[in-house]
Amino acid sequence: MRTIAMRDRHGNTMVAAVVTIVGVVLFLLPIYWMVVTSLKSSVQIFQYPPVWMPIPAQWSNYVEATRFIPFFNYIKNSAIYCALTILGALFSNSLVAYSFARLDWPFKKFGFLLTLSMMMIPFQVTMIPLFLMMHKLGWANTYLPLVVPHFFGNAFFIFLLRQFFMTIPEEYSSCARIDGAGELMIFAWIIIPQCKAALSVVALFQFIDAWRDFLGPLIYLNDESKFPISLGIQQFVVTYYKPEWGLLMAACVMTTVPIVVLFAFFQRYFVEGITITGLKG
Amino acid sequence: MKRRISVGLLFASPWLVGMVVFRFYPIGASIYNSFTEFDIVTPPFFVGLENYASLLRDDVFWVSLQNTIYLFLIGLPITVAVALFVAMLLNRRFPGVRVSRAIFYLPSVVPIVVIAIVWRWMLDAEVGMLNAILQLVGIRGPGWLGDPRWIKPALIMINCWLIGDLMLIFLASLKDVSPQLYEAADLEGASPVRKTLAITLPMISPIILFNVIIGIIRTFVYFDIPYIMTTTAGVTYGGPLRSATFYSMYLYNNAFRFYKMGYASAMAWILFIITIAVTLFVIRRSSNWIYYEAENR
Repeated sequence: MRTIAMRDRHGNTMVAAVVTIVGVVLFLLPIYWMVVTSLKSSVQIFQYPPVWMPIPAQWSNYVEATRFIPFFNYIKNSAIYCALTILGALFSNSLVAYSFARLDWPFKKFGFLLTLSMMMIPFQVTMIPLFLMMHKLGWANTYLPLVVPHFFGNAFFIFLLRQFFMTIPEEYSSCARIDGAGELMIFAWIIIPQCKAALSVVALFQFIDAWRDFLGPLIYLNDESKFPISLGIQQFVVTYYKPEWGLLMAACVMTTVPIVVLFAFFQRYFVEGITITGLKG
Repeated sequence: MKRRISVGLLFASPWLVGMVVFRFYPIGASIYNSFTEFDIVTPPFFVGLENYASLLRDDVFWVSLQNTIYLFLIGLPITVAVALFVAMLLNRRFPGVRVSRAIFYLPSVVPIVVIAIVWRWMLDAEVGMLNAILQLVGIRGPGWLGDPRWIKPALIMINCWLIGDLMLIFLASLKDVSPQLYEAADLEGASPVRKTLAITLPMISPIILFNVIIGIIRTFVYFDIPYIMTTTAGVTYGGPLRSATFYSMYLYNNAFRFYKMGYASAMAWILFIITIAVTLFVIRRSSNWIYYEAENR
């Protein structure tokens, strides 16, 4: 009886292992295909059956891709966009989350529920009035509409940081208050230094959101010279009926690498951030 | 005490202002806009329910709604099931489990434009990788993006590749299921299938509901991937026979291609109401299959 159960379990483990390996391979295939295509000559790209391993690899696609579109200009725009929104997100959300976690004001509970419900509003509902508002302000075709709102908080980040702030023992703050410290001092010298991990999560998520953002820049930006990399890459496909797949894939790889590197280094933070709040974005 | 209240409000003020300016005002304005005809250049004028009435007569509106509902009814259950299945696979101890988790999550951090473009290339009917693989096992693959019957299944397949967040949430909830329950089941000689049905699924059912709700919102705002995949030479054709024209894409086109801001606002409001209605419906119906541990103790 016992041996049967053990054999069964062993068999199940084998099946699960095989399925996992198949899954891993399937999930990696598109990424593999992107990398392989980026190293192919234009002849190899349309060869059939497909070339699985181009030898010799055509590394020149990478150089050419950066010339075919103003690649570095797009990257620069994206980097600025990311940096400014990270700054905004860290500044506003930490203050607001501190207020929700540690300070008291009328209707705070209700305000917090309201904040959570903001996550349920589809972007499309606010998109048009926001666009018209930014248009009226003369902010169309600039990064202002994409950056400024981040200085006014984000429901998801507020929730995330509040959960972290709540875990810091209240005694620290009350001791400091007895010693005459103001809230701003407590916030800056006691809370913030203990929440570097949480703030890194916010910075990381904000970086990825801004780096991936497509719809926002699509709505607001008209000048190609102002495009972030997401719109820039799309130029390959928008302008040409038959895109240069080799160059395009090289550009795709270069756009993906920064995020993958961050992801590899900060994997732990991802898991923490997503599981603590239950969701992202 | 009074001083602390004002400090509290001061700390919260960016968000309080932000909610009013970037959330409440646009929501309100969007109701008003939906009753007007507005092309940005000339001032809006009030047309009452005209926009809503013409939407009901607009074939593309119905097609886009149908496509989105297809994604909700067929795509969402598949995506959630795949995410749960992968989470269960990864909720075991085996060498390389951390790397495996990272690999399953990896696609979810790839820039959306890259995802859309790489898949567009993979799904190419003639030289795409997917059809080449199918050929190896003797299947002639369909035209995918060029075939109105296959474009939506193709998009659902891509969504199954992007399960990272859902999977991580499931994984965390699976870890919370008490091991004692499984030990008890083992003593009774329960099979893995039985354990999944009788223990795992009921125990994590609140999380399934949570993930379904996230999925509903994502389904109704689904835009980037089909938009990029069906844009060629500056024209967004929305798939053959409009088979991949989703609600948000048609909304976007009305607003920013045709400059029919009022019309698009009416669409936005209908979207909002549908999202809320569907979410509430799912929550309501969930009492049939959801199991809250605390209640039964």
